[in-house]
Amino acid sequence: MAKMGKSWGPLHPEVKETEKLAKTELPRERQLDLYRFMKLNRMTEDRLGNLYRQGKVVGGLYSSRGQEAISVGSGYALEPQDFVGPLIRNLGTMLVRGVKPREVMMQYMAKSDSPTGGKDCNTHFGDLSRGLIAPISMLGAVIPVMTGIALAGRMQKKNLVALTYIGDGGTSTGDFHEGLNLAAVLNVPFVLIAENNGWAYSTPTSKQMRIKNIVARAASYGIAGEMVDGNDVLAVYEATHRAVERARAGSGPTLIEAKTFRMKGHAEHDDAGYVPKEHFEEWKGKDPIDRFERYLLGNELAKEDELREIVARIDEELNREVDLALASPFPPAERAFEGVYAEGVI
Amino acid sequence: MAPEMESTQVTYLEAIRQALWQEMEADERVFMLGQDIGTYGGAFRVTAGLLDRFGPERIIDTPISESAMIGCAIGAAMMGLLPVVEMQFIDFIACGFNQIVNGAAKTHYRWGQAVPLVVRGPAGGGVRGSAYHSENPEGYFQRAPGLKIVAPGTVADAYGLLRAAIHDPNPVLYFEHKFLYRRIKDELPAADFRVPLGQARVAREGRDLSVITYGAMLHVALEAAQRLEAEGISLEVVDLRTLKPLDQETLLASVRKTSRALVLTEEQMSGSVAGEVAARIAEHAFAWLDGPVTRLCCPDTPVPYSPTLEDAYLPNVDKLVAKVRQLASY
Repeated sequence: MAKMGKSWGPLHPEVKETEKLAKTELPRERQLDLYRFMKLNRMTEDRLGNLYRQGKVVGGLYSSRGQEAISVGSGYALEPQDFVGPLIRNLGTMLVRGVKPREVMMQYMAKSDSPTGGKDCNTHFGDLSRGLIAPISMLGAVIPVMTGIALAGRMQKKNLVALTYIGDGGTSTGDFHEGLNLAAVLNVPFVLIAENNGWAYSTPTSKQMRIKNIVARAASYGIAGEMVDGNDVLAVYEATHRAVERARAGSGPTLIEAKTFRMKGHAEHDDAGYVPKEHFEEWKGKDPIDRFERYLLGNELAKEDELREIVARIDEELNREVDLALASPFPPAERAFEGVYAEGVI
Repeated sequence: MAPEMESTQVTYLEAIRQALWQEMEADERVFMLGQDIGTYGGAFRVTAGLLDRFGPERIIDTPISESAMIGCAIGAAMMGLLPVVEMQFIDFIACGFNQIVNGAAKTHYRWGQAVPLVVRGPAGGGVRGSAYHSENPEGYFQRAPGLKIVAPGTVADAYGLLRAAIHDPNPVLYFEHKFLYRRIKDELPAADFRVPLGQARVAREGRDLSVITYGAMLHVALEAAQRLEAEGISLEVVDLRTLKPLDQETLLASVRKTSRALVLTEEQMSGSVAGEVAARIAEHAFAWLDGPVTRLCCPDTPVPYSPTLEDAYLPNVDKLVAKVRQLASY
């Protein structure tokens, strides 16, 4: 049996510990917004971790720790009329779109007042009024769906862009190919962000594909491709912004590859013992929130007490959110039988 | 009304084309995705002329990507459009299985979002199409909550069910039988004619035995009924029309009247719609029965190619008459 450990080699050496981040025109206040959302993302998941350990979470718990810059940076580049299909590690995108932490907490705890009324779990809910399409666990399946959103938006002259995500493992699916190719052929306003975090559950990227960079696939669909440091929130924001502008201008889809690392296991039950420990050590220094904090302070865009104040407010907000989520009961049993069909004539 | 109408008598295929045409004419939200449906007009010409009338924005030729076609339709449906996806042959719906059963079907239950789409295409055998161009896939989908399934057996139903399916707020699988495409003709119904989903129809009244069927087998049942009349056996024929959700009331009412039930479908028998129908009769009409609930379906093999083999595989009038005599003798 092959030995694990260093034999995998370094993961994404292009992602550095540096606080030198991508250039941006975003004003200071909006950069602080990015900071706030990344913190909200991580701190919400920390609270969910507590609830999980208290036995309040009914199913599995999924973390986006280490990948917050991708969700927040890309979500922040969208306009209100745009649509996004977040996956399990895109809580940040949902928060940017206006989802309250309590909604996700209630989803995890299977509460009656959760957006799905207890019928579905975790981030598995959608809301057209906030441009949110629910995830589908079969990876890649959302890609053609978002292609259809983009197509409909164009037919309805809504000037919207559709965006979704895929992991490195998810790029091996048929729907990844079919969906992205269809989006390309139809030339619809669509952006796909491939989060390359090195691991699909326990399977390293080297067992998913022979190529080093997922972005190489953009050329095979005849669409624009861009590779970014996924732990640099400004780089993700800027790349997504460019892709969204291209899409809105009628120049078709873009595939963005964001290099990153999953700082936890596939889910809370998984200790990720198959990942070389050195990777966790190394990527601690590349943490997207720490890097952004050092950038903000080093460039005098924020003072330390200002950032502390942001964190304190989030903490207070989350206290209230947790209380509200806990207060909701389980759904009444009869709800299990409701809502299979939509009613009426459309 | 679409051109190329020579008389008020139209084929089953033309009725489908007319329904699509009139829906697209009447409602801007309706559009189509499919392979070779544009310039070519579809492998069976169901969409002939639609591209010229409605343009490439609404008659969209796609790559050979059944899963993406259906997924794309799901997204468009969520946005308030009414997509109709053509499978060139319904056998290929298997390539889009996940989008249908995990995507379209579960969405309303999971998060309350309606997905009003139609996936339609030519189903069924009797045309020497072999294993990949003859399938009746309704059994694959029968137990997927959230789906509706229709299978018209007449010209009027082909028209009226399709128009109703397009305006149903749920994902509807519309299985048109290719054996009937140009073999049956009837008056085209009035433009506003709709057949509500979920309603079976007593296609022929009878006293002695109920044959419950749909699609091309409806015509086998009607022919057998005529033949048996001479022998003094009176068949009642129930055309299910909608396979999911089943119109249990209508089929049970017929069985309670005749006390004998024979379920006739063109599916492999195991795990079939026929099995579900038979189970419901056994469960809810047992006390009325004078004989076992009987099924006449296809054997559990892929659809064979050679005429001698396919004829052995498919139910026909002779096989049905024999089964009926057996059941009537109880």
